[in-house]
Amino acid sequence: MNEKKSILKNEGFQAILAALICIVVGLLVGFIVLLIINPAGAWDAIVAIMQNFMTRSSGPARLKNLGNTLVKTSPLLMCALSINFCYKVGLFNIGAAGQYVAGAGMCLYAGLAWKLPWFMCVILAIVAGGLFGTIVGFLKAYCNVNEVISGIMLNWIGLYLVNMLLSGVKEPSSPYTLKLSSVNPGGILPSLGMGAFFAKNKYVTIAIPLSVIIAVVVWVVLNKTKFGYELRATGFNKEAAKYAGMNEKKNIILTLMIGGILAGLGASFFYLSAIEEWSVTQSSVPAMGFNGIAATFLGGLNPIGTIFSSFFIQHITLGGSEIDMSVYPSQISDLISAIIIYLCGFVLFFKLVMNKSGSGKGGHKK
Amino acid sequence: MILLIQYTLIFASVLSLVALGGCFSEHSGVINLGLEGVMVIGALGGAFTMKGLANAPAIVIVLAVIIISALSGMVYTVLLGVACINFKADQTLVGTALNILSTAAATVIVKAVNMHENPDNVSSTIQYVNAKKAFIVKLGKFEFNWFMLVAVIALVCAYVVLYKTRFGLRLMACGENPQAADSVGINVYKMRWSGVLLSGILGGIGGIVYITAGVSEWKFETGVAGFGFLALAVMIFGQWKPVNIGLAALLFGFFRALSNVYSGFDFLAALKIPGSVYNMMPYLISLIVLAFTSKNSRAPKAEGIPYDKGSR
Repeated sequence: MNEKKSILKNEGFQAILAALICIVVGLLVGFIVLLIINPAGAWDAIVAIMQNFMTRSSGPARLKNLGNTLVKTSPLLMCALSINFCYKVGLFNIGAAGQYVAGAGMCLYAGLAWKLPWFMCVILAIVAGGLFGTIVGFLKAYCNVNEVISGIMLNWIGLYLVNMLLSGVKEPSSPYTLKLSSVNPGGILPSLGMGAFFAKNKYVTIAIPLSVIIAVVVWVVLNKTKFGYELRATGFNKEAAKYAGMNEKKNIILTLMIGGILAGLGASFFYLSAIEEWSVTQSSVPAMGFNGIAATFLGGLNPIGTIFSSFFIQHITLGGSEIDMSVYPSQISDLISAIIIYLCGFVLFFKLVMNKSGSGKGGHKK
Repeated sequence: MILLIQYTLIFASVLSLVALGGCFSEHSGVINLGLEGVMVIGALGGAFTMKGLANAPAIVIVLAVIIISALSGMVYTVLLGVACINFKADQTLVGTALNILSTAAATVIVKAVNMHENPDNVSSTIQYVNAKKAFIVKLGKFEFNWFMLVAVIALVCAYVVLYKTRFGLRLMACGENPQAADSVGINVYKMRWSGVLLSGILGGIGGIVYITAGVSEWKFETGVAGFGFLALAVMIFGQWKPVNIGLAALLFGFFRALSNVYSGFDFLAALKIPGSVYNMMPYLISLIVLAFTSKNSRAPKAEGIPYDKGSR
């Protein structure tokens, strides 16, 4: 009897169960929407979204598409880690999108205009992202500005700044920036021969293993170090942390700086793999930072869980473009991710119910 | 110059409507970060109404659009209310989810409708050129928009409701000290629901005003470009008070209007500042303003904390 209790109350088990429920309900709502739009192809469409690269016919094509999915997962994972890290300290870093934009602008400009080698571009992306994060942290710590609102403002400021900055290095005839592969091949992240595993996918770089390693590092820092403990204590109760002699202002700024660094790094992982160029006429902030929110919460706010949830979110996002676009809008997968985020709001309540159920008369947590 | 005033007034109307929405919600104790999403859904409802009623008499269009937008926004905030009031979810998370959900849902809905009407039309744009004219009264060169009047009425009503009625004072009590409010027999959940639904109504109307402000078609993939958050900045700058919100909205509206009309001013055009700078301006100004005004914030004390009857 005790064993049955312990599995329902095991935190990891709860997190996975909650994530699975969110996913199933999200997909179900997506399926219903597809049914309403056109019942005939709805099943094929939802299957295509879930299969993504598996919809390709041949083995190598599948592998290549899996490679592309992974290439786009690593920046998403970085954004999710950024949000995850800050959330553990009680800060909602919606500004990750803007820090990502800042990192993207800086690394592309460094690569295209100054023709710097890749590691310099990465460092500059980190600096730019970190700076954006620090601004939010400073405003929060010293001016009491809600980090969500300042984050959103900086998202837009960053977008217009980067559009302006990159206008100097764009193709003459299109709104896209110059191709990194032709202007400065040294600016592209090294692949270390990993592309060969994915049917010669040239976009596969060290970014993929690196992002997984960073996820593990973030987990260790948060859970196994004094620094991480202090940060979490600050997030849990600012006043108590202050009373215990922790510098809560410094911790807030530091947290958002690290958040910014992670998001900026994520941008360099994306744009320095040269899989896509930046469009200087874009009028909305890239979705990467916002999808990161979905990945964070779906991953149960655990950096390791985030690795899998990032892959899943990116998987269905790309799966959205595999459906028959003459019948269904590809944004259906954005809709599914959004519903998943919304459902994650109920997870806390869900856990509460699970902890109460089966505990009999005692009713105490744990 | 007249154009600048006109745009300032219309953007100020948007901001004050949405900020008042935020104001009601926060006074009841719920932070509505999903206002951006509420605007999108309100705009969606309004835009479909305008498209459907293109040839109806002006008064019918005006009333129908306002009512449908308000209802759409209100229905959408039910999602926020259920999660944050009844299920005690994280208000920041749910608000953000609503923002993301609104753009995705609006895009899917508009695209599906467009494709249904014409298989070649895969855009997410709704056009409402004719219906838009119903809202405008020309006074010489100045185009008076009925929405400006709506915003003024909303401001006056908000002031009266919040400070002069029992409902308003009770609402504010729930945002300051819900336990105390409950102990004197006020139903906190009911009050918070009213605050949230009112924010949906005002946010929804704000959404339709925004998308009809300068253009006569709207691409729903772009959402409302952070305007919901600008409105929250207006609300904070206005210290959660209707009159101050109105004034703050005028200031922010002015900077937003500038980005629409700067090329019409010879001396501004001569400076050759890139358009991006003007686009950035409202966000930059609000960031600076927030930095200076948030320190002594008069935010409702219990906002953002889910009310649990059991914990006293």
